[in-house]
Amino acid sequence: MSPEPRQILAPDGTRHGESSLEIPAIRRLYQAMLSARVFDRKASAMQRQGRLATYSPFEGQEACQIGSAAALSPQDWVVGSYRDGGAMWLHGYTWRNLLLGRTGDERGGRTPDGVRVLPPSITVGGHMIHAVGLGWGERLQGSDGVALTLFGDGATSEGDFHEAMNFAAVFETPTVFFCQNNGWAISMPTERQTRSETIAHKAVAYGMEGVRVDGNDLLAVYEAATAAVAKARRGDGPTLIEAITFRVGPHTTADDPGRYRSEGIVAEWRERDPLERVRRYLVAQDAWDEAWQREIEEAESRAIEDIVADAEALPAFTPREIFDGMYAEPTAQLREQRAEAERG
Amino acid sequence: MAELSYRDAVSRGIAQEMRRDPNLVFLGEDVAAAGGVFKTTVGLLDEFGPIRVRDTPISEQAILGAAAGAAMTGVPVIAEIMFSDFLAVCFDLVANEIAKLRYMTDGQVSLPIVIRTANGAGSRFGAQHSQSVENWCMMIPGLKVVAPSTPEDVIGLMAASVRDPDPVVFFEHKSLMATKATIPDGEIVDELGKARTLRAGTDITIVALALMVPRAMAAADRLAEQGISAEVIDLRTLVPLDTRTILHSVERTGRLATVEENPRLCGWGAEIASLVAHEAFWNLDAPIVRITTPHIPLPAANNLEDATIPSVDKIVDTIVSEWA
Ligand SMILES: Cc1ncc(C[n+]2csc(CCOP(=O)(O)OP(=O)(O)O)c2C)c(N)n1
Repeated sequence: MSPEPRQILAPDGTRHGESSLEIPAIRRLYQAMLSARVFDRKASAMQRQGRLATYSPFEGQEACQIGSAAALSPQDWVVGSYRDGGAMWLHGYTWRNLLLGRTGDERGGRTPDGVRVLPPSITVGGHMIHAVGLGWGERLQGSDGVALTLFGDGATSEGDFHEAMNFAAVFETPTVFFCQNNGWAISMPTERQTRSETIAHKAVAYGMEGVRVDGNDLLAVYEAATAAVAKARRGDGPTLIEAITFRVGPHTTADDPGRYRSEGIVAEWRERDPLERVRRYLVAQDAWDEAWQREIEEAESRAIEDIVADAEALPAFTPREIFDGMYAEPTAQLREQRAEAERG
Repeated sequence: MAELSYRDAVSRGIAQEMRRDPNLVFLGEDVAAAGGVFKTTVGLLDEFGPIRVRDTPISEQAILGAAAGAAMTGVPVIAEIMFSDFLAVCFDLVANEIAKLRYMTDGQVSLPIVIRTANGAGSRFGAQHSQSVENWCMMIPGLKVVAPSTPEDVIGLMAASVRDPDPVVFFEHKSLMATKATIPDGEIVDELGKARTLRAGTDITIVALALMVPRAMAAADRLAEQGISAEVIDLRTLVPLDTRTILHSVERTGRLATVEENPRLCGWGAEIASLVAHEAFWNLDAPIVRITTPHIPLPAANNLEDATIPSVDKIVDTIVSEWA
């Protein structure tokens, strides 16, 4: 395994490798990254206005999220963490789902029919194992569905990661482990999280292929994810992808990264912005103009404002719904407690 | 004397013990450089350095496993599990290892470990980050369980926990972090297993813990307006349980209410109700009342979280409605 991450688009937008994506497809994915960024910034702003609970921005990681989820088909699953709204959205979880989730409304966790995305996992690590079970379940049902799980570098320190990787390899489940190595786990830099030379190396120990890509390169992420998904679908087992990226924002809106890292490193990574890289490439291909960009930004902004207005106008979730969400049939004791809660 | 928040009391309590015992170490996620996600450990890295105050990878099992191992070599350890909900991630260590190793070595090893963790609701963090799980630990033989409600108790009970030769799970309440009190200077050392009667009364004993303590006190004020004189007991530690203070109070008041943030089934109040029903049965003038969170996962929405955990209104209304 080469520790050098694979790259197709250089930060200046020049292409130096093969991509299976044609220009119209790249434009679509660029548009998706832009939508995701608009959403992400709006969500942070809404949090500051007190309209959302704590939010974990994914700015800087759009190529990872859009590039990986773009490799999936509708029968596949996405299982992500609190920071993976972009990938979840591309696979059909809606911004409305995400916003409702951040207002504490459990209706946010109900996906549109047929959309195979689990609610974001906020306990670090547990969801990686779900992706093993989902892949296994698909196999047992005779389907060729694949499960993609996204997680951070910090999550690889959890026992869950090791058990998930080992189980997936032994069961040869159609699972794609997609690690966004964004440099930090709250205040902990990756080099203090693990002594492995790379996270991709960890795959070797489980008898699994490990791949490293430039996580700010949409095209490279897409190729790596597409290959891993195809392999999983063929029945050739799981892959670990390590995408090198950077969390340019705070860990969450409650975090102050100034306590543990310098602004200089953030500025450096802003230079490697995943959207700007694709934009430069499209400009060189004569496939980008300012009016188009503004149109997307404005349309997305309006769409998100509508979603917000709509979500905020929803009648409040009631205590009754909490009780009713617990079991297929509430127990007799719960029915009594529900009645008591409704009396106030 | 100094005005101190509950949050700052945590770091003062840890620092007091780290100064006293140069062997004591402290580890956890984001506790050193960042000073804790609840800012409860600010300043400790600066004072005690990176060998004694250690940021760890995100590995709760390894945090407690390392604490257990080090403790068995004679190094006392304070280990932080960021949210008490994550005790479930490392529960084998909590329930099967740390709690049982003294017993299984016929008393040969001691595990002087304090597992500190942020517990409870009020921050709208939802079903996996807001639970009150003190009852998860209370039911395991071998653990001691502490849950202070005031800054001074944080320091004093922290000292008692660190000095205890056995493992203690120390629950810090997220919604009490900002509360302040005037604290005496100098060392503060308290004792485990001592409840505190915060308010004397003659008609009913209200037993509460952590965030439920200030609510029980406010409820007692309101009950007084209605002619009901409530005695309020802050349990402070669930294990050891100060049964004397509870029983003596109920013997005088003849009534008992528990105010619990944990969900209803097997909440700590059930144990107290059972104790009182057995030991003070003939003193009781009325059925025991348990005021708890219903047996549901915690909702994250403001209105629902507020409606779910016992409020002052809920405490007053429940007690008054049982009075008739
Ligand atoms: C089991 C568990 N332990 C600790 C936490 C607290 N926590 C939330 S996010 C986080 C850092 C995760 O870092 P990483 O996996 O690298 O993902 P990133 O946040 O960088 O996307 C921590 C420690 C948690 N939510 N769950």
